[in-house]
Amino acid sequence: MSTIKVFINDKEYTVESDITIMQACDTIGIKIPRLCYHPKLAISSGCRICIVEVEGMRNFVASCSYPVNEGMKIHTNTDEIRKARKDILELILDNHPKDCNACVRDEVCELQQLASTIGLRERKFEGVKREKYVDDSSPSIVNNHEKCILCGRCVKVCAQIQNISAIDYANRGFNTVIVPAFNDKIANSICTLCGQCVNVCPTAALTEKNYTQDVFKILNDKTKIKVAQVAPSVRVAIGEAFGIPAGSNMEREIAHALKLLGFDYVFDSQFSADLTIMEEANEFLERLNGKGKLPMITSCSSGWMKAMEQFHPDLIDNVSTCKSPMSMMSSIVKSYFADKIGKKSTDIINVAIMCCVAKKYEAQRPELAMEDGAHATDYVITTRELAWMIKSAGIDFKNLKGQDFDAPLGLSTGAATIFGVTGGVMEAAIRTAYELATNKPLENIDITSVRGNEGIKEGSIEINGQEIRVAVASGLGNAHKLLEAAKKDPNKYHFIEIMACPGGCIGGGGQPYAGIRDLPFDPKLVNERAKALYKADELNKIRRSHENPAIIKLYEDFLGKPLGEKSHKYLHTHYKQKFPKGIIRKSKEK
Amino acid sequence: MTSHNQEEINTNLKIFIAEIIKQDRPDSHLITVLHKAQELNGYLSREIMDLVSQEMNIPTSTIWGVATFYHYFKLNPVGKYNISVCMGTACYVKGGSEVLTAVKEELGIEIGQTTEDLLFSLHEARCIGACGLAPVAMINDKIYGELTPKKIIDIINNLKKEDESKQIP
Repeated sequence: MSTIKVFINDKEYTVESDITIMQACDTIGIKIPRLCYHPKLAISSGCRICIVEVEGMRNFVASCSYPVNEGMKIHTNTDEIRKARKDILELILDNHPKDCNACVRDEVCELQQLASTIGLRERKFEGVKREKYVDDSSPSIVNNHEKCILCGRCVKVCAQIQNISAIDYANRGFNTVIVPAFNDKIANSICTLCGQCVNVCPTAALTEKNYTQDVFKILNDKTKIKVAQVAPSVRVAIGEAFGIPAGSNMEREIAHALKLLGFDYVFDSQFSADLTIMEEANEFLERLNGKGKLPMITSCSSGWMKAMEQFHPDLIDNVSTCKSPMSMMSSIVKSYFADKIGKKSTDIINVAIMCCVAKKYEAQRPELAMEDGAHATDYVITTRELAWMIKSAGIDFKNLKGQDFDAPLGLSTGAATIFGVTGGVMEAAIRTAYELATNKPLENIDITSVRGNEGIKEGSIEINGQEIRVAVASGLGNAHKLLEAAKKDPNKYHFIEIMACPGGCIGGGGQPYAGIRDLPFDPKLVNERAKALYKADELNKIRRSHENPAIIKLYEDFLGKPLGEKSHKYLHTHYKQKFPKGIIRKSKEK
Repeated sequence: MTSHNQEEINTNLKIFIAEIIKQDRPDSHLITVLHKAQELNGYLSREIMDLVSQEMNIPTSTIWGVATFYHYFKLNPVGKYNISVCMGTACYVKGGSEVLTAVKEELGIEIGQTTEDLLFSLHEARCIGACGLAPVAMINDKIYGELTPKKIIDIINNLKKEDESKQIP
């Protein structure tokens, strides 16, 4: 790696020779304002916010794409640059609504924070406003064109990271909008509802569909039993919304806050993650013994399920019939638990707190409904929505004493905790499948080959003398790649875990927005969340799902045995091809 | 306009695409393919864009973006007679907009639309280089000059009659 000398704001620095001006400035501690840029996405230099002055150049240059040269004299903060940046931002804001204090992204808006950084304190231009058009057709994602500034990050994340390309620019000039193909509504498109576009959107143009008002209303309904469940990855991310460092495990505070909000029972999706493992590990062993197709593919990720039905309908028989932990919990709460407390399933309202926006869609799948036709999960709110509800109810989250989840559906093992991170479901399943198949304890239960934040991981383990080959992918772009390989050679793997979001659930589309100083889906942030989950697994006295006493009791009292009749009724589901069918862009061969 | 049936159009388009994607960077030929599709089909229907998507392995959202960006691509069926009324400077000052209004009222369609019987569609043109005859309109390949609202309505009615007489065997 060669280095060169450059001058930044009249001071000499030695920097790597093959980087951009923006990267060079980052390394010396100057963060140039930016908007359309994201290190994981292709650079388009579209917004021009990151311009700098380079001596000898006639025009200001976009620092995100311009490479450094030997002896280059760069100025990042001259009067002219500051004024030019301000003008550019003003033009971007020119047709943006001025309703910040009535906007869902007030206080967590990247555009708002950028305006503050740049020092915009007056709106000189009064441009024509974009037409108000809100696509709220899907239960997960809302697209509000009025707030869109056409930065294009959503288009890029959908195409380049997820390889879905559900949305793109359409029309021309002032009429340009970002929409699904044929101007279709999101609900009728190939969109998998993973919500990564929501994560990278700097404004309120793309948001989750907000159910907080409905949930507040239900919490005040004295005639209902209100039951909450919390996904593993929510607890290691929600703190960020309160200024608590990333990777802090807030599970006790969440349980406490949910009680203060008015929930009667606060359960843990980790309990049903253990339940998922009981069913899924047994299903895998059955398939391994010739009953069903291999490789078996996991079914926990709602975004992946929709992607599978639209992009990989040929894999329907390979996908585990297990419902996701969320849906298993909801269905057990409205059957087993309702019986236990002497209530009808219709007396219960299930609210799931998820890191995910696709889960809102999953909750409304007709095939997951209870016998009476009602949804098993009544509402799904994201980590972000819960954080807002806690603030809105005046709960001092940071200083809560904390409390445990309620018994019996709040007890879980370390294996369930790691469901929140890519590779976790696989690791948990191996821990149980190995011991069920061999009747011997697995000596090293940390299965490191499926850990880490690489997009695709492989590993193998010997069960009763047979080599079991496993693979893990997170992010739908990686999933497509892995599945392409698996389709070419059907004997390559026995078991595949797929998560729709990069990094797994901890990188979900419903997690707290990154602040202006972090990046949307910042890999560092995701790593901190992952570390916290592995730590919680390590600290748990029970780390194998089949050793969870509450799970054992649930089978004794109610379910019978894994894959039994009752399990099939309450814990398993089926899939069918959905249209429009998506096409998968071939990975570029170099 | 083409009298081929849809199956034939699709087959011809598939053959065209199969040939063109043998070349380097097949994606870069999307616009050429869309031109061909419009030539064969008359306009870019959703079904045609779906076919291009499948055959070229390009997402429909990308195709929709390109098709809506360029003015040339038509997203609605074009009538048998495609009327382009010139709104260039010379035609405009000589009464082009009155001619345009007359066509709109006579046919009951707006710019970019097609009559229900698929006989006429209406477009605006930006100077077709016949300023000496202003105001002018083009109907398919033929130029009609020195128009008035009455003249253009007469032309439309003549075309209607012509079409009717052709349909009677």
